[in-house]
Amino acid sequence: MTEQDIYTLLKDVMDPEIPVLSLVDLGVITGVEIYDEDKVRVEMTPTFVGCPAMDYMKQEVEDKLKSNGIPEPEVNITFREHWSSDKITPEGRKKLKEFGLAPPPASGGANLIEDLDILEKVECPNCGSINTIMKTPFGPTLCRSIHHCEDCKETFEQFKPL
Amino acid sequence: MDPIIIKDFLYKVADDQLILGHRNSEWTGVGPVLEEDIAFSSMAQDKVGQSQALYELLHKLGEGEPDTVAFMRNAEQFHNCQFVELPTKDYAFSLIRHFLFDYAELIRFKMLMESSYEPLAQVAAKIQGEIKYHVMHARTFIRQLGSATEESVSRLQEAMNESVPYALGIFEKSKYEEDIISSGLFKGEEALKAEWMNAITEVVSQSSLTLPDLKAAEPKMGGRYGQHTEHLQPLLDEMSEVFRQDPMAEW
Repeated sequence: MTEQDIYTLLKDVMDPEIPVLSLVDLGVITGVEIYDEDKVRVEMTPTFVGCPAMDYMKQEVEDKLKSNGIPEPEVNITFREHWSSDKITPEGRKKLKEFGLAPPPASGGANLIEDLDILEKVECPNCGSINTIMKTPFGPTLCRSIHHCEDCKETFEQFKPL
Repeated sequence: MDPIIIKDFLYKVADDQLILGHRNSEWTGVGPVLEEDIAFSSMAQDKVGQSQALYELLHKLGEGEPDTVAFMRNAEQFHNCQFVELPTKDYAFSLIRHFLFDYAELIRFKMLMESSYEPLAQVAAKIQGEIKYHVMHARTFIRQLGSATEESVSRLQEAMNESVPYALGIFEKSKYEEDIISSGLFKGEEALKAEWMNAITEVVSQSSLTLPDLKAAEPKMGGRYGQHTEHLQPLLDEMSEVFRQDPMAEW
């Protein structure tokens, strides 16, 4: 068992709110360590401090490792390395788009817009137009914002930059 | 650094988050428009979650479990500023409080990214990224509604005049203030207040609102030392009703 093997296993553990995205794609797995030959320690960082799915994700990781022959995996939640939307992998961004959720702009945290009334030019996942407007930065979950496309008239969500 | 000093500081920051988070949640289901209902609910979830992370730091310093600390104390054991415990009242008041408080909060957490207490610096880096959205929301509506109709401007102005003395209570100094600053735990309430005044003055100047004279206003102090308004205990009773019925319940 190598660290890479653990990452491969965790590619099967999906985000409970966006079931096409694995925890590895989401970037919440920030460390895997094998010590004393066969003991496994996984480090996770929450997307949002108040993310209600975190305990569930932690449990899923433990269950996955246990069912693959690792008797007592240690899963630690930490803020040592903090999650930002830049941690979503290129593959994860592609999957988000296919799921109908606009991926966050790269390095979004740095150039976060400051006013809602500024046109944000998020690409509409339905028609590809950038003639779009942010309606509210607060969506159905902490990690999503709500946008409207002026061209296809669809309302869509974005995984918001953080 | 003396843990007593760190704990004293963490309690006030965590309690602010929990209490304002709970007040924000009172808009759930009754917001003036759907987006605002969602916005205040979402900000409530952020703030309560952030308070949990801060209570977790306190727990690691020997205090009780986060749930116990959140739900089993009485008003005089809370260190939040009085501003956050005031009733939600109407939308104008909630918006003004959100604006005045969240700017202070954003600046506080940005400063805390440099804290010499490493666990706090790590959590602060994360929290400030989330609070940016709260501030973006507040400033947008202050500028829009603060320049809209006669009614929107006058109602916000009235709420502003009422809020400012309480907002100044955010910056009530700890009895350990000098140690807090010299140890590098935090830059201090005076430094925070100075940056906050610049920030809110800039936003208010872009609206038709007038900022009351911040130097002439009489700050409402006492919250940091457990002296609260008549509104906190009923709020705590409501918040903790389920927990107190069965503290061992599993969900």
